[in-house]
Amino acid sequence: MSSGAPARRVSPSKDSRLRKRYAAERRFRLAGLFAVGLSAFFLAFLLVNMAWKGLGGFTQYQAAIAIDFPRSDLILDPTAIKGPDAEVVIAGADIEGVLAKAASATFGPAAENMFGAAAVRSVGRQLVRDPGLLNRSVTLWLPVGSKVDVAAKQEGDAASEKLVEQLKAKSALRRTINRDFLLESDATDPSAVGIWGALKGTFLTIMVTMLLAFPVGVLAAVYLEEFATRNRWTDAIEVSINNLAAVPSIIFGLLGLAVFLNVMHLPRSAPLVGGLTLALMTMPVIVIASRNAITSVPPSIRDAALGVGASKMQVVFHHVLPLALPGILTGTIIGMARALGETAPLLMIGMRAFIAAPAHGITDPSSVLPVQIFLWSDEVDRGFVEKTSAAIIVLLLFMLLMNGLAIYLRNRFEQRW
Amino acid sequence: MSLTIALAAVLAVAAIAGWLGFSRASRLRGTTRLHSLPVYHAAYAAMWAALPALLLLAIWSPVQSRLVEQAVLASPEGRVLPAFDMQRESILSEAKGMASGDIESGFNPESSTLVPRFTEAETRFATIGGGIAILLAFASAAFALRRTSAQFRARTGVERWLMVVLVAASLIAILTTLGILLSLMFESLRFFKLVPVNEFLFGTQWSPQMALRPDQAGSSGAFGSIPLFWGTVFIGAIIAMIVAIPLGLMSAIYLTQYAHPRVRSWMKPMLEILAGVPTVVYGYFAALTVAPHVRDFGLAIGITSASSESALAAGLVMGIMIIPFISSMADDSIAAVPQAMRDGSLAMGATKSETIRRVVLPAALPGVVGGVLLAVSRAIGETMIVVMAAGLAANMSANPFASVTTVTTQIVQLLTGDQEFDSAKTLAAFALGLALFLITLVLNLIALTVVRRYREAYE
Repeated sequence: MSSGAPARRVSPSKDSRLRKRYAAERRFRLAGLFAVGLSAFFLAFLLVNMAWKGLGGFTQYQAAIAIDFPRSDLILDPTAIKGPDAEVVIAGADIEGVLAKAASATFGPAAENMFGAAAVRSVGRQLVRDPGLLNRSVTLWLPVGSKVDVAAKQEGDAASEKLVEQLKAKSALRRTINRDFLLESDATDPSAVGIWGALKGTFLTIMVTMLLAFPVGVLAAVYLEEFATRNRWTDAIEVSINNLAAVPSIIFGLLGLAVFLNVMHLPRSAPLVGGLTLALMTMPVIVIASRNAITSVPPSIRDAALGVGASKMQVVFHHVLPLALPGILTGTIIGMARALGETAPLLMIGMRAFIAAPAHGITDPSSVLPVQIFLWSDEVDRGFVEKTSAAIIVLLLFMLLMNGLAIYLRNRFEQRW
Repeated sequence: MSLTIALAAVLAVAAIAGWLGFSRASRLRGTTRLHSLPVYHAAYAAMWAALPALLLLAIWSPVQSRLVEQAVLASPEGRVLPAFDMQRESILSEAKGMASGDIESGFNPESSTLVPRFTEAETRFATIGGGIAILLAFASAAFALRRTSAQFRARTGVERWLMVVLVAASLIAILTTLGILLSLMFESLRFFKLVPVNEFLFGTQWSPQMALRPDQAGSSGAFGSIPLFWGTVFIGAIIAMIVAIPLGLMSAIYLTQYAHPRVRSWMKPMLEILAGVPTVVYGYFAALTVAPHVRDFGLAIGITSASSESALAAGLVMGIMIIPFISSMADDSIAAVPQAMRDGSLAMGATKSETIRRVVLPAALPGVVGGVLLAVSRAIGETMIVVMAAGLAANMSANPFASVTTVTTQIVQLLTGDQEFDSAKTLAAFALGLALFLITLVLNLIALTVVRRYREAYE
């Protein structure tokens, strides 16, 4: 600025003061840049940190093991595992013992416990698929137990590390995609866990939330924006909606516990109760977003509709709501994304039990993804660390997807009048 | 007959009524001019048929479960049940589950004898309630259909029903607030019967663990909540704000005043993503990544008591979580400052930063303060970060490397152990919840008023 100006006579003290002021300006600007950069760095660090820790959770190590089924102690009737009771029969068989024996025979006694629940499950499945295995001696690739898996991926205890070395030397170890992580449910053995049960619970819960909160929220917003006259009642409604949007989520959990569980006796830890609780929490968010969207529809639209003889209801439902819908949907999706990641209120209504089977309906006990993350983060077993991070990656992907959808909707459909 | 069948029947009646209304109005249309379209006649009949009956069913279903329970208790098998509440409740709920087919067998042998009683009572009451509902649906459908005529203003009738629905939807917000207040107050009153209010509000000892001997009277642990509130304020209102206010405010200033529009259009969604990350993820990040480093740092600078559940780790991460919140609030209030004020300052020769510091910020201050208050209310109600990263020891320490506990951590702790619903331990969670609700309510109300006043001042 000063350099471009024609030569002016300035006193040296004024000149130095100006320089100081410009320096302060630069410092201020740098401080702003620093703040933005630091916030962006935190986000990047968080995402990279989770990705780095969690990506391993989507893979697993498998070891090759020769099993001689006819000579093992496994007592299984090949015809029974073809029947409808296959699962029960397989569960009753001592596959674990067979694996332990085979492992110690091949890799020495230290390797006796190298296979866990995931390997047992895998053997069971292969037997169901091909009962003929029972009559042969075969070499199977089976997922190793959690300790060995951890040792192969990072660093484990000395015995497991040694075993990994031995397996690698015999090239009996390979890394594969862990498909079961997406298809199975919670388990006590970290090598066998999956997130499908929790994901399904999350879908059911969010569905209940959506079905309740969206219509109620939109209708309430329509009433407040288009029909309500200002009086004590509508003021009370306004204040309570604005306040509810800022009430801590755990309070909604306490409400759910006291009302839905203790008064109404709805089933504990069911997606129904979770969805109800989250719906109460999300509804104010949807109301506020919908009101903003409805106000931004210009009055000329309403006047034009009224002018050609539409009733007030017709104006709202035929003209205002369709025009406000993109804004309403954006707000709803953001509210749903928040509900999707919510943990505390669901802990309050008992959604923290160990649940090893996916829920069939909205009244079955179920887990949800954020609570599953919380539960796994509490486990001592080191195998859970990468599973937790992997589950976080899945959760974050859903959040990003929903937020991205909301931003897309906002940019694509929102009209500026 | 169960209530589900009644519900389906009511809906079927409504559908038939709607179809009848439509066809009657269409027939009239051939001869005369209708006031309302046939579709409105259909909706009118269907709404009359469905809504009163559905309302009746909604009211009846909790009443019915109460009546069924009373009937079962009055039966000869019910009278021999133990008088002790917990045991009786568990037997009853088991029998109920078996009757509805949810569980196959009960833990208590008595429950199986009650199953037929339950089935019988449930059938009886559901027949009564469902029957009345279906009759009501028929009656009101007939009433609505009788009114079908060329002059009848079906649209107005439909709109009147819609209005009822709209008002009901907006009343749910008030009902929720009332529900929160009443349920928290009800349980808190029961708590204050066991523990004096004074001890709860002003006590400095918090150890909710129960006594050594269960039969010992008045032996419940100490319930002084001061250390919890100190921990909450220390983490949420002090440490987190020290991180979040400067970073959030400076980000907002940079993004609104300095940044290139393209940078802004990238950074704003990015901050929104930071705001959208679930708190359980932040909690895991705090506990697993930040806390060990904080402890090592504490040990390195010579604080031997540095805990791996330090207040600093939880507070830092909570601060990061709050940054986008403060930034967007500050963004809004800075944008609301009239351009004329900015132009005036710049025209007097002030630099951009001087304008921001001396003109824009003072003008935007009420909005910023309101945003900070909302952020504080959000931080003290935040649960997962502190549950996962802060400790359980109720210390009154201002040492950021020490472990403190917070209100929300304790609520989760108290309610997720083995629950007996009447103990002081469980009820204490509701008293803490009430205190938390009232504090955040006051903060929110102040903040919302400040923000609204401020917006009005420039409009």
